[in-house]
Amino acid sequence: MAEALSRSGKARLGRMVVYGCLIVVALVYLMPLWVMVVTSLKPLDEIYSGSFIGLPKVLTFDAWRAAWSEACIGTECTGLKPYFVNSLLMVIPAVVLSTGIGAINGYILTKWKFPGANFVFGLLLFGCFLPYQAILIPMARTLGLLGLAGSIPGLVAVHASYGICFTTLFFRNYFVSLPDELTKAAMVDGAGFFRIFWSVILPTSIPIIVVSCIWQFTQIWNDFLFGVSFTSGSNSPITVALNNIVNVTTGRKQYNVDMAAAMIAAIPTLVVYIVAGRYFVRGLTAGAVKG
Amino acid sequence: MSTLEIDRVRKAYGQLEVLKEVSISIGTGDFLVLLGPSGCGKSTLLNMIAGLETITGGEIRIAGKTVNHLSPKDRDIAMVFQSYALYPTMTVRQNIEFGMKIRRIARADRDKAVKTASDLLQITHLLNRKPSQLSGGQRQRVAMGRAIVREPKLFLFDEPLSNLDAKLRVDMRTEIKRLHARLGTTIVYVTHDQIEAMTLATRVAVMKDGVVQQLGDPQAVYDRPANVYVARFVGSPAMNIVPAVLEVEGTTATAVVDVARRPAARIGGISLSVEGLRRYAGEKVLVGIRPENFSIASAATGPSLTVDFDVVEPTGPDTLAVFQLGGVEVTARLPPRQAHARREAALAVDTTKIVLFDSETETRID
Amino acid sequence: MSASTHMSSRLAGWLPRLVVAPSLLIVIVTVYLFILWTGVISVTSSKFVPTYDFVGLDQYVRLWATPRWHTAVANLFIFSVLFLALSTGLGLLLAILLDQNIRVEGALRAIYLYPMALSFIVTGTAWKWIMNPGLGIQKVVTDLGWTTFRFDWITDPQMAIYTVVVAGVWQSSGFAMAIFLAGLRGIDNSVIKAAQIEGASLPLIYRQIIIPMLRPAMLSVIVLLSYIAIKSFDLVLALTNGGPGTATELPSTFMFSATFRRNQMGVGAASAMMMLMTVAAIIIPYLYSELREQKNG
Repeated sequence: MAEALSRSGKARLGRMVVYGCLIVVALVYLMPLWVMVVTSLKPLDEIYSGSFIGLPKVLTFDAWRAAWSEACIGTECTGLKPYFVNSLLMVIPAVVLSTGIGAINGYILTKWKFPGANFVFGLLLFGCFLPYQAILIPMARTLGLLGLAGSIPGLVAVHASYGICFTTLFFRNYFVSLPDELTKAAMVDGAGFFRIFWSVILPTSIPIIVVSCIWQFTQIWNDFLFGVSFTSGSNSPITVALNNIVNVTTGRKQYNVDMAAAMIAAIPTLVVYIVAGRYFVRGLTAGAVKG
Repeated sequence: MSTLEIDRVRKAYGQLEVLKEVSISIGTGDFLVLLGPSGCGKSTLLNMIAGLETITGGEIRIAGKTVNHLSPKDRDIAMVFQSYALYPTMTVRQNIEFGMKIRRIARADRDKAVKTASDLLQITHLLNRKPSQLSGGQRQRVAMGRAIVREPKLFLFDEPLSNLDAKLRVDMRTEIKRLHARLGTTIVYVTHDQIEAMTLATRVAVMKDGVVQQLGDPQAVYDRPANVYVARFVGSPAMNIVPAVLEVEGTTATAVVDVARRPAARIGGISLSVEGLRRYAGEKVLVGIRPENFSIASAATGPSLTVDFDVVEPTGPDTLAVFQLGGVEVTARLPPRQAHARREAALAVDTTKIVLFDSETETRID
Repeated sequence: MSASTHMSSRLAGWLPRLVVAPSLLIVIVTVYLFILWTGVISVTSSKFVPTYDFVGLDQYVRLWATPRWHTAVANLFIFSVLFLALSTGLGLLLAILLDQNIRVEGALRAIYLYPMALSFIVTGTAWKWIMNPGLGIQKVVTDLGWTTFRFDWITDPQMAIYTVVVAGVWQSSGFAMAIFLAGLRGIDNSVIKAAQIEGASLPLIYRQIIIPMLRPAMLSVIVLLSYIAIKSFDLVLALTNGGPGTATELPSTFMFSATFRRNQMGVGAASAMMMLMTVAAIIIPYLYSELREQKNG
């Protein structure tokens, strides 16, 4: 009896330690977001007077307004607004293209396997792990030759091309788990290649379509390397513009504007994460094929 | 004219030969069961009949027409799959209609066909549900409904009951048999379950390693298995295969079997052809005895052999008694309460049901 | 599967291949041909634009004679080792703690993982501000009374690389946690029950049974984090811009500035090839083993 009591006491202590650890780590993880938000809502004087982690004494959205429509990127003082639009114009077609192509590739590589299909998949798979530095120079030259240099369509093409590797992986791994008998049944029913894809396979793949779209959206929205390498000036995506705002060194550093700008760049992917976190995690762990 | 002719059909994946010159032909209304363990080539053969696998050699004819190069939809077949392969996003009605829609059958005709099939299978109340909302047995019925509306020359079933639990399996088995009787359809049915084969088939093809071991009606396959493999595969508990030496006296043979710690047992009165008698006199053979062909010896049964039971397993209707005979483990199916473990017993054997096999080739001796 | 193989070759074998061909072509060109192209540039004397005169391995010799490249490689080593060790360790710890029937698991998991949804530029911007010696964490702590507290790594050439580690771990350890948690959830509960019945304590069960069973997850985490480490570019650029001086230069930033800022395209290409080879040495065996095991399983 006494032993049981002390054991349950120990167990309770153990659970408190577990919860304690988890909560402390959670607070540390939330701290940067907290700091960003409160800083973006403070007037600059309050920041310079040494208020870092506390709530704003004076609540102001001036920094957000400045970041959105007034801050200078290079010599243009337009705020992030046009760059936000650039990113949208880049991300939407790139996501749609890469997801659509990935879906049909995954279908072929699982349900219509041809000799060498696994090799083709291997070729695509390595593309997921390509360090993009290795293709930066040729891509810049090629975009130049195609007349797409520095343009948003050029960026769409780049993101869609490399996105195919990921989306094909997603759809292939999803379709592998669909029984082959489903395609066989449809064949016996008289359906052909496209009919099976459209009427039988695609309607079952809503979850993986969501995973693919979210993953591609996050990757492309957050991309910096392609943006900074292949665009300049007013065609830049938002990450490049944000980096320009933050790295401006003239005058008194406007930390509140920096943080508001960072929040603006982060909000679309954060919203996606909050709304569809489950699918986001699935995309994340898909790279680890077995998990 | 036969409905299905499988004529010296071969299948190879590169060097690997999975079907070796298989020939089977069945007539209208036949229920052919392809029976064998996994990897025997039975599913491959079914897929070749369906047009889902290419044919390496030989010919398959359906209703006299060679179908080797026809796609599945042009073969006048319908198929029920092991996993049922219901389209998960479509309702039951849409599942059943899908093939008809592709064949551009008019709406009214489709509705009629769906109604007939769903009434027959008693799934009318499920037509607007999705497959995920159905039980295993209901899915099974939907899969059959999808096949029935095609009104094909040939129905193909690929292990359709193996995903069901034991109770439901028996019910659906009866259902399939009833359906076959009512619609008079021709069916090719793949299974590894010998009871399904026995209960459903009008013809059974027992397969192993891409070769048909025996083709015949189920009772013949059970009574006169072509070889030791078929003898062991069909029937549960399996046929006992006991090594013995054959002694010939006049027109009958006697099998002399070693019994542990006792004098050799003599199982006499086995009838055999003249050729068989001549060839195997004094030779080693394998004696096949079904468990139910043992009985407790009495005055009426004639000569008996004395054995010691090791284990006794009551099953309810019978009791299975296990003992050693000829150096192998042998099972007898006896009436309940007549056998007792670690007891001596005198058993009689129904010698008219005994089957002999060559000890080398393991094929039946006639 | 074999059925569809043979169907396709017979029925309309050309159609699937035709449909997949454009993707394959795109990938062959933009991945493999472009790698080859970069390889070619790395053995020419290209400066501002590619010039196709063969100079052998001169650019590689030049690269390895550049102190800045040595800094970058050394930094990558420090960064990778610490980033991997800390992210993996923290991820594993969080996953194990979260696996103890925690009531608010969903919320906590979401908190640990949200940094993964952010751009490295955002992460860099935020941490640059947090680690600002004048106004950030250091100020908070000194204001609390520890007047001697210093957290000025970001301006200290000796310590700046560790700020990249901190921000990187913050961003990526949730990812490690997610994979470990998936691995833990995949472990058959009866194994743990069996060990408990034998009287093993919980820590012992984790050390001796569960963590060894997480080996596939561990491999995935290490490989994928290595890949993240090697291609890290935006984080450094936003956080320290490679500085102070060249203190936080990494191969990725070196490649970028050599190619696009210093007109040393040949050297840039050579450094890109070095990065590619490093990644390939880690990834190809990994993919090979993953695909092979998938086939077996």
